[in-house]
Amino acid sequence: MSKMNILTKGFFKENPTLVLVLGTCPSLAVTTSVNNALGMGLATTFVLMMSNTIISLLKNVIPDKVRIPAFIVVIATFVSIIDLLIQGYIPALASSLGIFIPLIVVNCIVLGRAEAFASKNSVFDSLLDGIGMGIGFTIALTIIATAREILGSGSFLGHKFIPGDGILVFVLAPGAFIIFGLTIALVRFIQSKVHHKN
Amino acid sequence: MAKKESTLLQLVITLTLITVIAGVALAAVYTVTKAPIEAAQQQKKNEAINQVLPGFSGELTDTTCLLEGDKDPIIVHLALVDGELFGAAIETYTNKAFSGRFDIMVGLDAEGKILGTAVLKHSETPGLGAKINDGESEFIQQFKGKSAVMDALKVKKDGGDIDAITAATISSRAFCDAVNRATEAFKQVKEDDHE
Repeated sequence: MSKMNILTKGFFKENPTLVLVLGTCPSLAVTTSVNNALGMGLATTFVLMMSNTIISLLKNVIPDKVRIPAFIVVIATFVSIIDLLIQGYIPALASSLGIFIPLIVVNCIVLGRAEAFASKNSVFDSLLDGIGMGIGFTIALTIIATAREILGSGSFLGHKFIPGDGILVFVLAPGAFIIFGLTIALVRFIQSKVHHKN
Repeated sequence: MAKKESTLLQLVITLTLITVIAGVALAAVYTVTKAPIEAAQQQKKNEAINQVLPGFSGELTDTTCLLEGDKDPIIVHLALVDGELFGAAIETYTNKAFSGRFDIMVGLDAEGKILGTAVLKHSETPGLGAKINDGESEFIQQFKGKSAVMDALKVKKDGGDIDAITAATISSRAFCDAVNRATEAFKQVKEDDHE
């Protein structure tokens, strides 16, 4: 697989949220506004990059039997680091994302990429994979959040352009499921079109 | 990828090493971010105090007050001007909110009249109870000038005179409760002062 391919497969073809359907909890929970989605996406991208790199570096040192606890410790360390950094330097984001930053630890995408990719590939490839998957996750969150914020609050990036309250259901959990499902359907539809052409 | 079998000792050593390194890295980041995090929290608190005590600039004396049946104390920042009591900014909370604990800051004048309120932390439903966070809303504005010293504040549904947020009666009740508890704490602190 070419380096470019490793980086870009996470954007669309193997998008972690919309195609592999991993990390759905944050995708549903933080996508009430585009700001939150971008913050969450970038924080997760940072964790993915760092954990993939370190785990790939350590792949020959970590015995198979304890690899999962070792991966979790590495992931948890980077999540705590990003949590402290956000609290210290972007307090507004910390208060709107709250508990979801520490919960990146249990995001299946991070452990999934560590197990499926970083523990079997070279350091540089793993870094690219982490960046690609992180960006793919961010794209997916942003798409869902854009739809939910416009429909539910009548605003984009916090700027209100439709007066009134918006359609409340899209701010709440059921709306998240509806938009999430529709987005996956759309991605499947586009993929089937692309396959037909080939 | 094939790997040779590891002995128990190797497993223990590897995991221990990884956790020790992770611990050291975390300690380093914690040391670096400790000051900015405290500064950010302090600034948030100061902004809230300025918001609920408009026009006040002077010394704050902090005391705490534990109401009957509570686990956590309510923090009372007494505002003094030339030794005279100007009012107080009170960090109060309630557990009667729709989800989780609800923290607000209430500014009272010396008689216990409400000067202003600010939401510190809430986990109410986005789009419904979370509207309580909008400081410009009519719901928040109606508290200014009211007093809970004689009678506890209540929403209209409970026979009071507070207009609840539409579809968020529980959050509105919780807000009243937090304000009432702030007033109660203020009364107790004032009584303690006189003794």
